This record gives sequence, C-alpha cells and structure tokens, in this order.
Amino acid sequence: MRSVLVAIALLAALCSTVAAGAERRHREVVIEDPFIELHTGPGRGYPVFYVAERGEQVALLKRRTDWFKVRIPRGQEGWVHRAQLATTLTPDGAPFELPGFSLDDYAERRWEAGVLYGDFGGANAISAYGAFALTPNLSFELWVEQVLGRFSDSTLANLNIVHTLYPDRRWSPYFTLGGGSIHTEPKATLVATDDRTDPLAHAGAGVRVYLTRRFVFRAEYKTYVVFTSRDDNEEIREWKAGVSFFF
Amino acid sequence: MESRRLVLLLALPLLAAVASGCASRRQTVAEDTSRPPVIEPDVERRDIEPPRIDSENFEVGIFAGQMSVEDFGVNTVAGARFAYHITEGLFLEVAGGRTDTEPTSFERLSGAAQLLTDEEREYSYYNLSLGYNVLPGEGFIGRRRAWNTALYLIGGVGKTKFAGDDRFTLNLGVGARLMPLDWLAVHADFRDHVFDIDLLGREKRTHNLEAHVGVTFFF
Repeated sequence: MRSVLVAIALLAALCSTVAAGAERRHREVVIEDPFIELHTGPGRGYPVFYVAERGEQVALLKRRTDWFKVRIPRGQEGWVHRAQLATTLTPDGAPFELPGFSLDDYAERRWEAGVLYGDFGGANAISAYGAFALTPNLSFELWVEQVLGRFSDSTLANLNIVHTLYPDRRWSPYFTLGGGSIHTEPKATLVATDDRTDPLAHAGAGVRVYLTRRFVFRAEYKTYVVFTSRDDNEEIREWKAGVSFFF
Repeated sequence: MESRRLVLLLALPLLAAVASGCASRRQTVAEDTSRPPVIEPDVERRDIEPPRIDSENFEVGIFAGQMSVEDFGVNTVAGARFAYHITEGLFLEVAGGRTDTEPTSFERLSGAAQLLTDEEREYSYYNLSLGYNVLPGEGFIGRRRAWNTALYLIGGVGKTKFAGDDRFTLNLGVGARLMPLDWLAVHADFRDHVFDIDLLGREKRTHNLEAHVGVTFFF
C-alpha cells in the first residue's frame, strides 16, 4: 500500500515538473508593421485566418524555415513570415533582431557538412563530407564516397585540406589537396576478381556559393591518382556538385 | 508713517531668519553629498537572456508499405526517413528501406534452378533526394477539423543492394503530407526506383515501384 502511495506521489511530482517544463517562456515582440497576417501553416499557400495590428504584443513560439509560429494576446496561434516580423520591437521599444543566419555568419563558420553527387571516371558517385575550419581560409574535410559503376563498386575515404580564396564573399573558388584509400569490389556477375584496397591522392578545385540561411551550393573537380599494386598507377577524373550546411 | 516703520522693523528679523534658514539648509544638503550614503544601493545590472526560439526544420520518421521488385514479386517494405527543410518549398531527404523478394516465375516453373541465395534475395536501399512541396493547403476532415496538407515531388540518387551487388539507383516519386499537429505528419508516398541489372542474361533497366505510408516528427 505504501509503495503504491509513493509511486503515486512520484508520478504526481513528475507530472508537475512536466507541466512546469511545458509552461516555458517565449520571446515577446511588439508589432511595428501596420498589421501581420497569421497563416494556418508555415507556407504561403496556407490561408490567412487572422490579422494582428501594430502595437500588439505577440509571443514567438517556434520557427520552421522562414516562418514563425506566434501567439497573440487573445490566444490565437498562427504562422507569420519572417519579412513581416523584420521590423518588430522588443517590449521595451528596442528594435528586435530576428535570429537567423546571414552571409556574415557564413564567413565565420566553423563546422560544415554536405552531400554531393557526380561522376567518378564514368561511374556514379554519391559522397558526404564533414569539415572543420581552422581559419576562415583553411579547413580540413573528411569525405566518404560511394562509387557505383558498371563493372565495379568502390568506397572511398579521404582526408583533405581546402584553401578558400575569398571566405567572406558569396562566390568563392577553392583549392583542395588530400589523400585516402579506395576499396573496389568487382560486380558479382563478372568473372571472379578479387576485392582490392589501394591508397590514393588527389588535387582539385571548386566553387562555393552561399545561397540562403545555412545553405551553400558547392561544385568541384578533382584528379585522383590510385597507387595500385599493378605496374601503372591509375588516374581518375571526378566532378561533382551538391549542397552543404554550416553550423 | 509710524505703523509702516513698525512693519519694517518686524519684517527685517523675519527676512533674516528665513534667509539664514535657507542658508543652513543649503549647507546640510552640501554636507549630505560629501558624506557616504547610509544605505548603499545594491542594484546590479542583470544580463537578461531572452528565451531562444525553438526551430523545427528536421523531420524524422518511419514508414511501411508494399514494394514491387521487377521479376521478383511484391513484398512488404519498411524503412526510415530523415529530412531537413531548407525553405518552405525545398527539402532534402535521406531514406533507407528493406524488403524481401520472391523467386522469379522462371525459378518456380523450372523447379530446381535457383538464381539467388537467400541472402542475395534481400533487397535494401538508401537514397538521397531533393523534394519540393507543391499545392500546400488544407484538407478538411469532417465538418470541424482542418489539417494542413502538401503534395511533394521528390527525386534523387541512391544505392540498392540486391542480388549480391550494389546498384546505382535513381528514384522519382510523389508524396502527400498530412499534418494533424504542427510537429506530426502522416505521409503517403509513391516512389519509382530505377536501376540497371544484368542478372537475367542481358542488362536491362528495371522500374521498381514502392507505395508506403509513414509517420514523421518535426524537431
């Protein structure tokens, strides 16, 4: 009986902490535009169901892409586009700066990750990378790449150093140099040849274009030299393009 | 004349008294500022950390449905998806799934011939796709309830592991997203997985159709 009581008490305590947690504070802003439109969803296609006027104080509940979910004092909740909140004030009258990423943040990025697709010596290549910037110009990247060809499939792992010429501009070329290893598996339907793993080195150049928020377009060309155990080294050309995000 | 002089005589000390009073008060005020105050005001400026605005651009979830693998029958498929919403229209999705396949008609009719081992018969895929939301709007469920909906077109590249090999796969499809809550979505998705296979003699392009329903959470 006592254990049941203890369990109930514990549960009640847990519920109360959960309730306290649910009652979290939200950022409040005062509308400065003549009015803002509340949509039913985070997108231009969702209908406007309410309009809040200048001077009303709204709570910013959450954000999805460029849309903010707000609650007005009368209790209605809806989604407002970033553009309509750009001129809002804080409750003490100071201009409110909407949190978000801009070109300045892009110039000061530390971590970056992305996915690219392209052509690796005639085969399809899908790759992903993570990068860490030591200085605005210089960064290290770790790549994992899957190459799916007609006669064989390969997996590449690479570590490279990248030099970005103009890290603070929207457009910037970069150069890259690195090395790693390639593991190749011939197709099962071919006459049996062995899997092989070889070291490789590469050099390349590319371009990075800041698009919006955390979002960057990237395209590059690389030349790989595979140090095979046969007489000749293998040279492979690769181009690829994709998107990356920075943190 | 007499009375006026009397008034003057009386007024003079009064004036003097008022003037001296003022002077002494001024002096005490001056003294006050020179002395340290009795109570030290203890008002420190607080740094107010404004509450963060929670952003929900990621979506994660699971799905299950049916998948037809060309020549290898229709079976249950199950998998998981992860998406990042870049703008209100564009999103990037990583998905993976697996299904079993059945013997081909040839294997069944011939009786003994087995093209694949049990392990090779397992079909699994992952893909990386870019989606675009079209036709955003509301769907009405009954008379009183409206859910946000969107139709999306999606396509991308990926890898299929089937019949002992990895195959480069293109995927193309269309899906519907129904949102009962801001952070909860129900998906219905149709996807075509296209890859080349040379298992049955000559190389041919196969279209493998998948239909599934899923549930995802935004965070």
